[in-house]
Amino acid sequence: MMQTMMQATDTKTLIVEREMPHSLEKIWRALTQGPLIEEWLMKNDFKPVVGHRFDLRADWGVVNCQVLTVEPNQALSYAWEAMGLKSVVTWTLTATSTGTHLRMEQSGFRPEQQQAYEGAKYGWQKFFAALERVVGGLS
Amino acid sequence: MHAEPTAVLKILSDPTRRAIFERLSKDGEMTVHALTDPSGVSQPAISKHLAALKLVGLVHGRRDGRETYYSAEPKALAPLIDWINFYSSFWNNRFDRLEDLLKRMDQ
Repeated sequence: MMQTMMQATDTKTLIVEREMPHSLEKIWRALTQGPLIEEWLMKNDFKPVVGHRFDLRADWGVVNCQVLTVEPNQALSYAWEAMGLKSVVTWTLTATSTGTHLRMEQSGFRPEQQQAYEGAKYGWQKFFAALERVVGGLS
Repeated sequence: MHAEPTAVLKILSDPTRRAIFERLSKDGEMTVHALTDPSGVSQPAISKHLAALKLVGLVHGRRDGRETYYSAEPKALAPLIDWINFYSSFWNNRFDRLEDLLKRMDQ
């Protein structure tokens, strides 16, 4: 499930959430242990310590992060800065009768041109492949 | 200043224009002659494509004597960059991977 919403401050938040047939503890481990994070997200030097700065490395670039909240088995948030985008990623885990409801919220998408401009400066080469698909769909 | 996203997309929907833009991006400043040589496209056609690219700001022309040197302006791609869309597919993909990992962790 996925949705976006407009906040009063005029920034947008992206929400992705799913029901998972797994325990809170297990999902928490996957979200907070470096080698496990690398398996599903990116290479990293993450530590579940508030204030810890870490980098996530993907083929399309580096994301500079800082841990903001650590509430074991419940909530985790970190600042997420990449290619001109300054955002915050928040994970929320809620126990359900069948496992866990996992919610990811990425907030701070600004509508301004400046953001896209910065993104274009850093990310346009990687972006080109995607652009080609979009353009292909137009004709 | 940025052109409308649809205008930029329309200009780039032509493969020859895309090739010209990519070439200028990779190899830097070039004259029409240099661009014409390996492409197999006629010089007037290249000039026309360059004019279209210039119109939406994707290409910049600098005159030096009798030659004009063209260079790419990748920043003109800015109106096309949509981070929400990018991250929507990114996170959905990562959620899939997370679910795969969680299944394997059962062992």
